[in-house]
Amino acid sequence: MPSIVKPVAIHPSLQRNALGLTIRDYEGSMSTLCAGCGHDSVTAAIIRAFWELSTPPHMIGKMSGIGCSSKTPTYFVHGAHGFNSAHGRMAAIATGAIAANRDLIYVGISGDGDSLSIGLGHMCHAIRRNIKMLYVIENNGVYGLTKGQFSASADVGSKSKRGEPNRLAPIDPVTLGLSLGATFIARSFSGDKEQLVPILKAGISHRGLALVDVISPCVTFNDHKGSTKSYLHTRTHELKATETDFVPPAAEILATIGQNGATNVTMHDGSVVRFKGVPKDYDPTDREKVWAYLQEHQRKGEVVTGLLFLDETVPDLHELNETSDIPLSRLPLEKLCPGRSALEDLQEEFR
Amino acid sequence: MHQLVRSRVKVETRVNDFAIKLANVNGTGSASANSLLMQAIFRMGIPVSGKNLFPSNIQGLPTWYEIRVNKDGYTARALDYDLMVAMNSQTYARDIREVREHGYVLYDSTWPLDPSLSRDDVTFLGVPLAEMCNRNFKDPRERILMKNIAYAGSLVAVLDVDMDLIGQLLDEKFAGKKALHESNHRALRLGYEFARDHFDPLPFRLERMDANRDKILIDGNTATALGCVYAGATVAAWYPITPSTSVMDAFKSFCEKYRRDPETGKNNYVILQSEDELAAIGMVIGAGWNGARAFTSTSGPGISLMNELLGLAYYAEIPAVVMDIQRVGPSTGMPTRTQQGDLMECAYASHGDTKHILLFPANPAECFELAINSFDLAERFQTPVFMLSDLDIGMNDWVVPRLNWDESYRPDRGRLLEPEDLEKLEKFERYLNEDENYVTARTLPGMDPKGAFFTRGSGHNKFGGYTEMPDEYQEVLDRLARKHKAAAKFVPPPVIERRGDARLGIVTLGGCDPAVREALEILSRQGIDADYMRVRGFPFGESVEVFLNQHDLCFVVEQNRDAQLRSLLLLETGVAKEKLRSVLVYGGFPLSAKHVIDQVVNQLESVGRSLETQER
Repeated sequence: MPSIVKPVAIHPSLQRNALGLTIRDYEGSMSTLCAGCGHDSVTAAIIRAFWELSTPPHMIGKMSGIGCSSKTPTYFVHGAHGFNSAHGRMAAIATGAIAANRDLIYVGISGDGDSLSIGLGHMCHAIRRNIKMLYVIENNGVYGLTKGQFSASADVGSKSKRGEPNRLAPIDPVTLGLSLGATFIARSFSGDKEQLVPILKAGISHRGLALVDVISPCVTFNDHKGSTKSYLHTRTHELKATETDFVPPAAEILATIGQNGATNVTMHDGSVVRFKGVPKDYDPTDREKVWAYLQEHQRKGEVVTGLLFLDETVPDLHELNETSDIPLSRLPLEKLCPGRSALEDLQEEFR
Repeated sequence: MHQLVRSRVKVETRVNDFAIKLANVNGTGSASANSLLMQAIFRMGIPVSGKNLFPSNIQGLPTWYEIRVNKDGYTARALDYDLMVAMNSQTYARDIREVREHGYVLYDSTWPLDPSLSRDDVTFLGVPLAEMCNRNFKDPRERILMKNIAYAGSLVAVLDVDMDLIGQLLDEKFAGKKALHESNHRALRLGYEFARDHFDPLPFRLERMDANRDKILIDGNTATALGCVYAGATVAAWYPITPSTSVMDAFKSFCEKYRRDPETGKNNYVILQSEDELAAIGMVIGAGWNGARAFTSTSGPGISLMNELLGLAYYAEIPAVVMDIQRVGPSTGMPTRTQQGDLMECAYASHGDTKHILLFPANPAECFELAINSFDLAERFQTPVFMLSDLDIGMNDWVVPRLNWDESYRPDRGRLLEPEDLEKLEKFERYLNEDENYVTARTLPGMDPKGAFFTRGSGHNKFGGYTEMPDEYQEVLDRLARKHKAAAKFVPPPVIERRGDARLGIVTLGGCDPAVREALEILSRQGIDADYMRVRGFPFGESVEVFLNQHDLCFVVEQNRDAQLRSLLLLETGVAKEKLRSVLVYGGFPLSAKHVIDQVVNQLESVGRSLETQER
């Protein structure tokens, strides 16, 4: 599938961000996904999030594996470096990339096949290592490029296009993330940009790995009656557990206490995530409570969305490793090579 | 009780020329006694080798250690043992059988030896080790451990190891551990005094020499790790696997020593213990893409798992270094035995048309040197590079020349565009404008907005854009083939040694080196002269092909069943198939000159005489 370059034409009236860039500067090539694909909406939300954050495009590292979702990094921020790697291996490759250069801002785009089947192990271990990356799963319950097989996120009883029900228990990235100690867990819906954009911005600013599961319906293979990953099913079963605002560093926080109370969480970089509306007894910083809430509502077939869990106290990979502040890839040999006299001294031990 | 010297054939005393084998039970502490002896002989200035033949087991299975001493420097594995230290009753029968005629067996005479094990042509030296240690030590664990030091003491006596030197080594080893120091010294003396008082001198012994002044005693995995440190590797990713684990253990300890920044106190490295080898190579590729020198250490089973992403690195042109410490395959195979079985797997790793750069070190000194070459080649050619060491090189201590460091060394980063280079370009295209080696320039993420590009393992054209068009795809793939070929001029050249104008050649690689050299010397004395070539890199350079063409017949000596080096030579050079014959030893123990001589002589007889020496 070739990518089609979009003509660059910027209307003078377009708004500019702190870097003087318009939203068009954060776009990529023309999407080659099916018309109406949920992934294109996620792409649009990512474009908006980066533009609003005024992230320098060339400081973004776009990582992906293989699948429909993994194609999307070509569709946003054309000025960023991208790496469309191999099926399921995005998390591992991103881990190495992050180890080498901690200065970039990483976004990993994956799908339910990529992350919950072939790359499940890598995703779990990336979560354990708490690599600093926005990890987006564009979750549609189905393999699109190979034409409609169930993925590991398909719910029991959800029907394929041919009417066949799925009988295997699903792997839910949100509850999995909770049990693995993920420090930022969200679920959203590709059709809800208002909810998704602040979540993505918060995820980008998060101290470690920000896991964002986005229900992103496949219009070609999984948007029919009987599917639990269709637009209609998601709209009718969605339960917004939290509403969030993202306030960048140094911006004034105008707290308006919502009906159910508000919670502010200050992020490691000084920005603030403001939970505007959370249900009674729900605490997005309490893993056990979130777990109980999810169990209760998912049992009823509800699709719980929002920024569900956040813990800014856990160090990321580099903090744990006490890695040099200068990216490892930029260290000169003098910092790395012990030199001749050290080698001579050392060899006295080999006598 | 012990048996005193029983039969003695009058032979001259051989000085610094013998082999001993120590048969032990795994996990009983014999390793430190054995390496103590080896180290003492090394410090006496005598050429020596130690081969640890250990099981894939933590405790209880048989394990052997072989020490070969040879004043002329031939220290490949010997198959004739002058002395067997039989400390494992499970393997008595086999061990006693292996002793050469008129050889010696030293055993624990606390219990009588089964008369059926006796051999008339062998002298049995009984030392009541268990009895001695039970009498002198209280702690049950200590009683077992000290038996090893006690037999070492007996060997010190019968072989004439410098007692002061041994004492000095124990002082170094147990500095600050007073109790251990005392018990080791005591056990050593017990064994020493018993042997001194009960045995006549043996017909072989040690005498100080001065052959090791500029030598060190080091294993290949330590040297490999040191090479990675000196080359400036900053990201290491790995999954534990025998026999490569000690590469990363050593890398970690060197990094703790040398890579904690004195100014910032921060670590100038990251070591990632990955979830599997798929991830390990993925991490290396991610780090390489981002401009860090990165490597993984693994063994055959790990390479099998890495195959998928090795193709990605090859096709997307990302530097990566793989230290493959080969062990016996296929499958789990024999994890603690050595082999050279990964050549074909590494040469063409991954699906589709792929070819890689391989380096073959022969000993720990070359592990250090070629480890550094690996990083330079990986960056220059923007591709994976494999260094194929093996268990014998990696885990045994070798006597090698001291390592040197040239302070003028600068990493070869290859064609890497800095912001000032990009400024001069109108537009940057990743796979365009190849140099004379068919390498195109790359940029690093985050360095400059102009350098941004999209890396993909899917079909791409020379601009880096996605393609499914035959001509665009082939254009890139053909350049990759030319680039691989061009690397032949940059891999280390073969080591070639000629004897006059021999028409017979012996070709080998890696750790076969000492055994093949010794075989060449012995064959020459038998009137069979052969030239020697040890290949050190793939793709093969011109000199490799010239050597093959210059000889009527070449024996390719290697440690695998399927003649993988020979296959690679046939595939990648124009040499005629019938010109290359194989000498194959692949049972898992290191190569001996005897293996080579026997197979060469047998085959020459069957090929028909007269090829080797006559009518020059």
